[in-house]
Amino acid sequence: MSEATATSLSHDDDGDHHEAATNTGIPNKKLAMWAFLASDCMFFGTLISTHLIYRRVNPDVVIDGNVVPVTTIFDIELTSASTFILLMSSLTMALTVSAMHKHNVKAARWFLLSTIFFGGLFLGAQVYEFNHFVHNEAHPLTLTNTIFGSTFYLLTGTHGVHVLIGILWLASWYIYSFSPKFNEENVMDIEVTGLYWHFVDIVWILIFPLVYILEYI
Amino acid sequence: MANGTSTTSIPHHSGHQSEDEKPQRSFFGLVQRPQQGCHPIVDWLTTVDHKKIGIMYGGFALLFLLVGGVEALMIRAQLFLPENDFVSARLYNQLFTMHGTTMIFLAVMPLNAAFFNYMMILQIGARDVAFPRLNAFSLWTFVAGAVLINLSWFWEAFHGGWFGYAPLSGKDYNPGMGADFWILSLQILGVASLAASFNFITTILNMRAPGMKMMRLPVFTWMTLITSFLIILAFPAITIALLELMFDRHFGTHFFDATFGGRPILWQHLFWIFGHPEVYILILPAMGIVSEVLPTFSRKPLFGYPLIVMSGAFIGFLGFAVWSHHMFTVGLGVVATTAFALMTMLIAIPTGVKIFNWIGTLWGGKIRFTTPMLYSLGFIWMFMMGGFTGIMHSSVPVDHQQQDSYFVVAHFHYVLIGGALFALFSGIYYWMPKMSGKLMHETWGKVSFWIMFFGFNLAFFPMHLLGMTGMPRRTHSYLGDMGWNEWNAWSTVGALILGVGIGSAVVQIVYTWARGEKCGKDPWDARTLEWATENPPKDYNFARIPEINARDQVWADKYGKPEEKSGPGESEPHGIHMPDRSWYPLSASFGLFMVGLGFVFHKQNFLGWDHNLEMAFIGGGILLLSVYLWALEGPRGYHIHPEED
Repeated sequence: MSEATATSLSHDDDGDHHEAATNTGIPNKKLAMWAFLASDCMFFGTLISTHLIYRRVNPDVVIDGNVVPVTTIFDIELTSASTFILLMSSLTMALTVSAMHKHNVKAARWFLLSTIFFGGLFLGAQVYEFNHFVHNEAHPLTLTNTIFGSTFYLLTGTHGVHVLIGILWLASWYIYSFSPKFNEENVMDIEVTGLYWHFVDIVWILIFPLVYILEYI
Repeated sequence: MANGTSTTSIPHHSGHQSEDEKPQRSFFGLVQRPQQGCHPIVDWLTTVDHKKIGIMYGGFALLFLLVGGVEALMIRAQLFLPENDFVSARLYNQLFTMHGTTMIFLAVMPLNAAFFNYMMILQIGARDVAFPRLNAFSLWTFVAGAVLINLSWFWEAFHGGWFGYAPLSGKDYNPGMGADFWILSLQILGVASLAASFNFITTILNMRAPGMKMMRLPVFTWMTLITSFLIILAFPAITIALLELMFDRHFGTHFFDATFGGRPILWQHLFWIFGHPEVYILILPAMGIVSEVLPTFSRKPLFGYPLIVMSGAFIGFLGFAVWSHHMFTVGLGVVATTAFALMTMLIAIPTGVKIFNWIGTLWGGKIRFTTPMLYSLGFIWMFMMGGFTGIMHSSVPVDHQQQDSYFVVAHFHYVLIGGALFALFSGIYYWMPKMSGKLMHETWGKVSFWIMFFGFNLAFFPMHLLGMTGMPRRTHSYLGDMGWNEWNAWSTVGALILGVGIGSAVVQIVYTWARGEKCGKDPWDARTLEWATENPPKDYNFARIPEINARDQVWADKYGKPEEKSGPGESEPHGIHMPDRSWYPLSASFGLFMVGLGFVFHKQNFLGWDHNLEMAFIGGGILLLSVYLWALEGPRGYHIHPEED
């Protein structure tokens, strides 16, 4: 089998090990990921709906007998910054995939690390932020002391778990990229990982306005 | 960024070893990755073959059908007499909870999965599913969930109904572990169903034989596709509902706690947003089976194929719009209630379309009253009756009397037994020759059918009358002067007869598998592609994947015009590539099982161990490790050279 050239993805005719022909033209793993993301949409949709419904029926957030505007607990500047960072991670993810398509593994690894780094920064900011909410002296916001806390932490926590899984997945690719078994098929595999990562980012783009910014309107 | 030059090139080859290299090893070299000729037990535990997986789904499903049946007979024994004390009220509640959960999730759904796995792949002319190891994972994860929920009988079975309404299922009213067993089992079963559905969607869309256009697909395959979409879109709602309930029970949240601003009605909405599509998940495959059996035994093509396909899609779509018809008596308000009532009436239309098309298939056909045909004909009639009572429920004022009465119990048993179960038995009798190479004995089959038919109707028809005269559901006893005694007694007798019928059929299935009369590969003179394979099909299904030129290709090959005959298909000079067996789907499922068990025994004593969450962590570790090793081992495979090429 010839080595892949830098500019073209050589097409393999024996069919069975490399991207096998599919009726839709979309590789199996990619199609499966799209189906999974459709399902995950419903998953987050349910969590977001629960949060929004409870914001409507319980407009007052009551902590230790006081009605507390959530805006006094939120740190919207920090959250905005971490939102921006997560968005940047999607950019670096796209650049990773682009580099892989061009078979530029060194660049791909660099962008992969950047994505992991930005994702990690986002998660770190979440942890820091939640820690502050929980230990806020005036009005602590915990999982259990308000219905707002319950819906907020379950939603953002689930999102955070998705980010964590994505980071582990990306880190696995980084390590595997040094293996001799790393091959042309993995270009498409990393694209599939990218789909997942972009989805997680898009979910955050929904959560940020619907959960955070909504409180300021 | 460097343009085009690769500083490190990517090897072209995936590193696929040729067969004369050493076989792979699993679990860090501890055991060999199973190869051809391994021990039969290892073979079945590590198989990725859709046919073996289908058989295992079917076997477990029939086992749990019997378990659920025993639970049902105990319920009916308790209700045989007024103010009976055969079982306590608590045990009675556990029985109907477990009966419902078992029949839906451990009997009907896996029986559907058995046929999705075995038949759909053959019907599209493929060699296996898109992700064979994921398929095995789905099977073993289903087994894990089934085991977990039945383990609850040894500690405390859940008693809150199969729909587990909060706050009854919350910590205050269900402080024991029963609800936790139920919650975690359903989550695990959900993972199994979701994984399988991703697999089937990818397979049907991507792996059809050349020329197998979507509108040439057998209806059963269409129903597999639609059901899979329903599963992936509906299960998330119950996943979140169960997660929220688990958090309320264990971690102090307030999703369903009214004192903190939670709303119990949220549970009902989330549950039924899942629950209604779930009943279409249960029935669409059955309708698919009937759509195969009727044409075969009428020697006529399915009448109105495009309408049957589209009405199936329509039912699936509308199924997401009717969920609150389970909540008509809860006080949603006039607007919401009316909207749901209208949508529910609307969904009767595509269902009716199917019935007319099935009748159109039979009309003018040369009917053969074989056992599978009897079950399918029984389906049409019994499902119609269940459908009529369903339409009655769609009228809100009428539903106000029927809700929570035995009228509803009659309705759903007519559609689920008279509908889904009859169709599944039709499928078993129809496809048994293909799966085992043996025909089921006709007279024995017919006798079982008639016993089932008679017993079923005797058991459940009186429930319409019981419901109309006010007998409530889910109550362990009734007073003797309500006028319900005779109907309850007859119903119990009917249930026993139904049990005999089902038992007879299950015994026949096992007997036939072991000792039935051998038959050729197309004993029914059938129509669709699965009948072109051997009996049972070879591991690789087709020596050459045929080129499809017609709907009902096998029929066209026998009796059709020359241009409709299938093409011979390409040969595979390197041999047919088969995926390798793997230990990791099994170990991953085991890890998931331990996670579930760990959460159930959160801060409980597990067999003498004061357990916190250790098992969940250990299980999580096993799961994560299995997933990594699974990814690293790759599908690999070996080649087979078919003799008959």
